[in-house]
Amino acid sequence: MNKAYVDELIKIVGEEYVLTSIEDLHCYSYDATPGYSNMPEVVVRPANAKEVSEILKVATKNQIPVYTRGSGTNLSAGCVPMKGGIVLVMTRLNKLLEIDLENLVAVAEPGLVVAELNTAVAKHGLIYPPDPGTVATASLGGTISENAGGLRGLKYGVSKHYVMGLEVVLSTGEIIKTGGKNVKDVSGYDLTKLFTGAEGTLGIITKAIVKLVPAPEARKSMMAIFKDLDDAGKAVSGIIAAKIIPATLEIMDNASIRTTEDYAHVGLPLDAEAVLLIEVDGIKEVVEKEAAKVIAVLKENNAAEVHMAKDDAERDKIWAARRAALPALAKLRPTTFVEDATVPRSKVPDFLKAVSRISKKYNVTVGTFGHAGDGNMHPTIVCDLRDKEEMKNVYKAMDEMFTEAINLGGTLSGEHGIGLGKLPWMEKQHGPQAMNAMRSIKRALDPALILNPGKLLGEC
Amino acid sequence: MGIEAINAHDKELLTDIQDALANCMKCGNCQAVCPIYKEIGKESAVARGKLALMEGVLSGKVGITEHFEELMGLCLCCKACAANCPCGVKPDELVIRARQAIMKARGLGPIKTGVFKLLSNRPLFDFSLRMAGLFSPLSFKKLPGRMAAVARFPMPGLDVKKVMAPMAATPLRSKYSEVIKVKNPKMRVGFFTGCTINYMYTDIGDSVINVLKYNDVEVVIPKNQHCCGTPVSVYGDQERAKVFARHLIDVFEDYKLDYVVAACGTCTEALKLEYPHWFADDPQMKARAEKLAKKTYEISEFLVDVLKFKKDKLGTVNETVTLHDSCHMARGIHVTKQPREVLKAIPGIKFVDMKDSDRCCGSAGSFSMAHYDLSRDINDKKVANIKATGAGACAVSCPACRMHIMDGLVQNQVDTDVPHVVQLLDRSYKAGKAY
Repeated sequence: MNKAYVDELIKIVGEEYVLTSIEDLHCYSYDATPGYSNMPEVVVRPANAKEVSEILKVATKNQIPVYTRGSGTNLSAGCVPMKGGIVLVMTRLNKLLEIDLENLVAVAEPGLVVAELNTAVAKHGLIYPPDPGTVATASLGGTISENAGGLRGLKYGVSKHYVMGLEVVLSTGEIIKTGGKNVKDVSGYDLTKLFTGAEGTLGIITKAIVKLVPAPEARKSMMAIFKDLDDAGKAVSGIIAAKIIPATLEIMDNASIRTTEDYAHVGLPLDAEAVLLIEVDGIKEVVEKEAAKVIAVLKENNAAEVHMAKDDAERDKIWAARRAALPALAKLRPTTFVEDATVPRSKVPDFLKAVSRISKKYNVTVGTFGHAGDGNMHPTIVCDLRDKEEMKNVYKAMDEMFTEAINLGGTLSGEHGIGLGKLPWMEKQHGPQAMNAMRSIKRALDPALILNPGKLLGEC
Repeated sequence: MGIEAINAHDKELLTDIQDALANCMKCGNCQAVCPIYKEIGKESAVARGKLALMEGVLSGKVGITEHFEELMGLCLCCKACAANCPCGVKPDELVIRARQAIMKARGLGPIKTGVFKLLSNRPLFDFSLRMAGLFSPLSFKKLPGRMAAVARFPMPGLDVKKVMAPMAATPLRSKYSEVIKVKNPKMRVGFFTGCTINYMYTDIGDSVINVLKYNDVEVVIPKNQHCCGTPVSVYGDQERAKVFARHLIDVFEDYKLDYVVAACGTCTEALKLEYPHWFADDPQMKARAEKLAKKTYEISEFLVDVLKFKKDKLGTVNETVTLHDSCHMARGIHVTKQPREVLKAIPGIKFVDMKDSDRCCGSAGSFSMAHYDLSRDINDKKVANIKATGAGACAVSCPACRMHIMDGLVQNQVDTDVPHVVQLLDRSYKAGKAY
């Protein structure tokens, strides 16, 4: 193995920031995705775009794969170094460079933790809406690269709706700028959107300009219990048909209701087929009006019970139930796969029924919760990776679930990205021609094919 | 032995925690709360990385090497990760298990071997620290107006800058008779002083005794009590820790005691939670440990929950006070309300909570000696949060935190004092002429 390039890396960032011990390398062999790990040859922690550029020049010259990593919290094996090479850790680039109140944008480096960005802008009455479950740890660069969403996706969208401009280092080491602070900008190809969600396969983000929005002045939370899944589905469509776009419209299926209740004792009825958790936000008077309308729609669709939070304590109680869903499931078994197959909103009940059927067929434990309003479901499979027989069934069940989502007109990923986890179904969703188009883009921007090779598109 | 043979041997040392390790789903939530990760920024510093390394040992990919030992040393055992873990994993306990394996595979290392040996010999330990107290003025310079001192010359294992507690000329247990009688005793309570209060912060011990006496408690301070065992347990010397635990159980069983109190969150946790756990496979010792555990309380917890301390003669203490919740108080024995209740009962005290009051101060006992600069960086955040409250006193419930926070305040030129909660109550009783 030629490790001369490691000396070049040391020259660029300094010895302290190049890790080569077995122990350190082992710590960058995985991310938050179960089942994928491989040792890198070296871990590098640059301090700025210039160092990133120099590192990429070395990598291109020596044909070394480069795996960019933020906090390593993604759920699609996006930063696992499957071919060894360099893990490029971006967490030292963690400065919030600017909050521009006149243009309502923030400029930040990719290693900044999203929650820290939100804390900083909250002082000005603003929010950066993408709030994945890992918001307290995930880096801005990671969430942009994976196009992360969160609970507020229905009203506020996902990362790509907030990224206005980027500084990107290409695999050649060239540094380019895309987009800017302009609200309207139709000049040239939209490279900003192209690099957003590219999972580190096209370039390395070293700076981002993101849009901020005013924090809602009021909010109201509600919870509705349904004995029949179809009624819950109709209620979801009914709310949107009533021209209300809640900030959050969540669903929990019976399996996740039972697990959550067993773990957190939040008062969920065990025989309910579905629970909807809803929050409307905005201007106080509008919120009141919308909440009343939502309650009416829930009742029209046979909700067995409807609760509206009277104060912050009650609101917290409602969301504690939803927040407990994942930990409750995760505690059942050692391994947890959180998937994010997404279907058109109207197909949510069909998809949930299919998941339930598939879990029985393969005898795997699956609880589903998720963002009903935008059709983004989180079928969560709990199992034990060490049990080879069980895992065969788990992968078969996964295969049927993703196929089902695609057949319902859905997509493999609503907010976690493809990486390796969902790669096998990419062609099924997009067809060979679209896959070729995507591969052409990859080959054009990364001719040496060193950036996160094998991910998202497979081999190019 | 070849590398494979060594790795295979190392693997055996950790097989019993295989399932516990598998429960980590690698979500990385621990990154949000780990004080060490915040400073170092490397995955090996955070719980997820450490657990992955232990799994690496189990899969034969990583050996129990010197570097492995260093990395496992970089943990404050502050339990912040455990409290934040969605899967209920307790990384602090697993790190201690790894340290036990390290000790078996690599031994303790020369410094710890020496210190632990000294600690094991109670009379010799007692003698050494008494001598240190007698000669303290020669080697340490006391800082004016504070329970703080700095070394006059470099000493092994001690950063020259570090502000220590002054060694007491007379240890607490020598200052008092073993049984302190009161007129109409309501109950008889054993005082487990712990080492730091006995040899350094005797002022805390004085306050414990004053306050208990005034509340009609007959205080018993068993002469032969010794270290609780936590300092050796956290570094993996579990067998020695059990010797300490057994000794302490023996000693306290000799007295007819209604309760046992300690004025240190860590010591209390050892007696209250750890001992029964340490003797899990010894039913007889476990039963005795549980008996002691049941009657053990932290001083604020005892004053509020059991004693319902007297409030008729509380005098005014004009001070803005904030509270540092030490790790073992907040996430060990879960006592955070009671110290606040004590402080808020004192007339004149304006209580202000600081930001992240339960974040580790960076001391972690001897961690702050082995990794002084790192523990300073962690402590600087605590000092900034204390400073932001404008408090004249930062109350604590743990003498080791007191020492480290005092060091931080001096280094940062902040003029806040660091009394134990019970000292403020003592001060209030005195102001109210209760005694």
